[in-house]
Amino acid sequence: MSIEIKNVSKTFGSYKALDNVSLTIADGELVTLLGPSGSGKTTLLRIIAGLESPDGDESKVLFDGENVAQQSVGSRQVGFVFQHYALFKHMTVFENIAFGLRVRPRSQRPSREKIAAKVNELLKLIHLENFGARYPAQLSGGQRQRVALARALAIEPRVLLLDEPFGALDAKVRQGLRDWLRRLHEEIHVTTILVTHDQEEALEVADRVVVMNQARIEQVGPPAEVFHHPKTEFVMDFLGQVNVFRGRVEQGQAVVGGVRIDAPAMVGAPAHADRTGDTKVYVRPHDLQIARHMNGAPALAATITRINPAGAVAKVALATAEGEAIQVDVPFEKFRELGLEKGEQVYVAAKQARVFAPEYEI
Amino acid sequence: MAFKLKSRSVLPGFGLTLGLTLTYLSLVVLIPLAALFLKTATIPWDRLWLMISEPRVVASYKLTFGASLVAAAVSALLGFIIAWTLVRYRFPGRRIIDAIIDMPFALPTAVSGIALTALLSKNGWIGRYLEPLGIKAAFSPLGITIALVFIGLPFVVRTLQPALEELDGEAEEAAASLGASRFTTFVRVIFPSILPALLTGFALAFARAIGEYGSVVFIAGNMPMKTEITSLLIVTKLEQFDIAAASALAVVMLLASFAVLLAINVLQWRIAKRYRGVM
Repeated sequence: MSIEIKNVSKTFGSYKALDNVSLTIADGELVTLLGPSGSGKTTLLRIIAGLESPDGDESKVLFDGENVAQQSVGSRQVGFVFQHYALFKHMTVFENIAFGLRVRPRSQRPSREKIAAKVNELLKLIHLENFGARYPAQLSGGQRQRVALARALAIEPRVLLLDEPFGALDAKVRQGLRDWLRRLHEEIHVTTILVTHDQEEALEVADRVVVMNQARIEQVGPPAEVFHHPKTEFVMDFLGQVNVFRGRVEQGQAVVGGVRIDAPAMVGAPAHADRTGDTKVYVRPHDLQIARHMNGAPALAATITRINPAGAVAKVALATAEGEAIQVDVPFEKFRELGLEKGEQVYVAAKQARVFAPEYEI
Repeated sequence: MAFKLKSRSVLPGFGLTLGLTLTYLSLVVLIPLAALFLKTATIPWDRLWLMISEPRVVASYKLTFGASLVAAAVSALLGFIIAWTLVRYRFPGRRIIDAIIDMPFALPTAVSGIALTALLSKNGWIGRYLEPLGIKAAFSPLGITIALVFIGLPFVVRTLQPALEELDGEAEEAAASLGASRFTTFVRVIFPSILPALLTGFALAFARAIGEYGSVVFIAGNMPMKTEITSLLIVTKLEQFDIAAASALAVVMLLASFAVLLAINVLQWRIAKRYRGVM
C-alpha cells in the first residue's frame, strides 16, 4: 500500500512536534525515519498509525489515495511494533499472536483452526515454533520483539510501523534482528516504516532514508545518497562522524589553513560561489589521509593524540598546532605500514571536502 | 562462622532486623493466638461442639461471612471505579477526593458507625427517603453491609492505585492497533493485568469486614438470629465471663477467615506467577 503524508503538523501545547511535513512512500517500500530524539519522527509514525491525530484539516494522511486522517487506529489495519514490545503479559505467546484475529467481530473472525494455523505459521516465521505456550516473561528481549512483530503481522496489516524496535536490545541481537527484518521484508513485501535514531541501522536496513530534525524533514533518499551527498549540514553531521574545519571557498574548492581541498557541488547544482567569510568545511574521517612527510601535496601539520586500533579501521585522533581536533580513519593495512605512534608529528591531507551554501542562498 | 554470616548478605543488620521481626510477631501475634487455642483446647469436645453450633451462633456466622463477602465484592467494584477515576483522569479536586478516600482509615470506627446509623435510620437524612420505598437501611443486614463497604473501600482503592498507575499504556495502544474495541481492550488486556491487585484488595476488605466491630454494632441493632455479628457474640460472651465460649467462637472465626484468605492468596499467587514467567 502506498502512503502519502501531506502538510502534516502537530503541536503538543506550545511544543511543535511536526511542522508541515509531507512525504510519499511507495507500495512495498522499507523506509526509515531517522533523527535525534525530539525530531518528530515518532510523532510522525504515530500519526500514520492513528495513535495521534494531526492538527487541522489541511493535514492529510492518504492510504492508497484515501484520506484516513480521521479514522481510528483500529480501522486503519496497521501493524504497530513498540520499542518496549508492549506484549500482553498475561497471555502466552500463542495468545498474543492470535489476539488481533480473536478480537475481530464474529462475522469476520476466522475459525479456531484457521487462527491456530495462522499463528503456527507466524511462529515458524519468527523461528519460535516451540515457544507458543510460554509467557512473555520467559523470553529474551529479541524473542519478545519477534513475537511483537508476529502479532502485528497476524492481522495482515496494510503497513508495518516499527517504533525504535531494536532500541532496547544489545548490539549483537540488534544486528541479527536487523538482517532478519531485511530478509523478512524481501519475503513478504509489506510497506514498512521504521523509526530509529541509530544512523547505522537506518542506512543498513532501508530502501530510503528520511532524515528528520526539529519537526521537519531534512532529506529523503536512498542510503548511499544521503550518506555521500548530504543536502544539509545537519545531515552531514548526523550521519557518521565528520571533521569540521573553519575555512573559505575559492573557485569551487574549500581552503583550510592554506590547503585546498576539492569540494564537489551537489548533483545538478552550480559550483560553490566564492566565500571569503568564515565557512564550515566538512571532511569525513575516511576522506583524510595521514603521511609522515610533506610529499608535494599541501597538507595540515598535526600531532597524534590518541590511537584506537580496535576495529576494521584504526581511529586516529590528532590536534593541529591551533588545538583543533581532527579524526582520521586509517585502513588497517595502511596503519600497520605507517607504524604510527602517539605524540608523533604527521601531515594530514584531504581527498574531498564538503561545504554547504548558507541558508539564505537556497 | 563469622565468615559464613558475612557471606549471607552484603546488607548489614540482618540478625538484628530478623530478631526484631520474630520478637514482634511472637509478642503481638503468635503468643495471643496460641493462648486462644490453648484456652479452647481445655473445653471438652462435646461442649465445644454445642458452643459453636448453637443456632444463634450459626446465624451470626452466616451474617458475618455473608455480609463481609457482599461488602468486599461491592468494595471491589466501587473501589475499582474510584481508583480508575483517580488514576486515569485529571480533574480539579482530584487530590482532595484522593485524600478523602483515607477517611475511614482515620475515623474511629464507632464514630463512623454512629454517623451511618444517624444517616440511615428512619428519621435520618437518607433513611427517611428509603423507608417509604420499603428499604430498611439501618438495623438490618443491609445496614451492616453498608458499614462494611465504608470500612473496606479504602483497602481496595489503595491496592489498586499502584497497579493501575503501572499499567502499560503501550499494551492498550497495541490492542487498539490490532483492532480491539475499548471494551474488548478493557476486558482482555486491562482487567487481567490488574486482577491480582484487585484480588488482594478484595481479600483485605473481606478480612477487615470479618473482624469489624465498632462501626457495625451501632447500625446492626443486634437482634439475636437476625442482625447479630459473631464479633458481637464474642463480646457478649466475654461480658458474661464465659471466656471459654468466647475463645471457641474466636477460633472458629480465625480458622474460617484463614481458610478464605488462603484460598484467595493461592488464586492470586497462581495468576501472578504467570506474569513473572514461573511455570
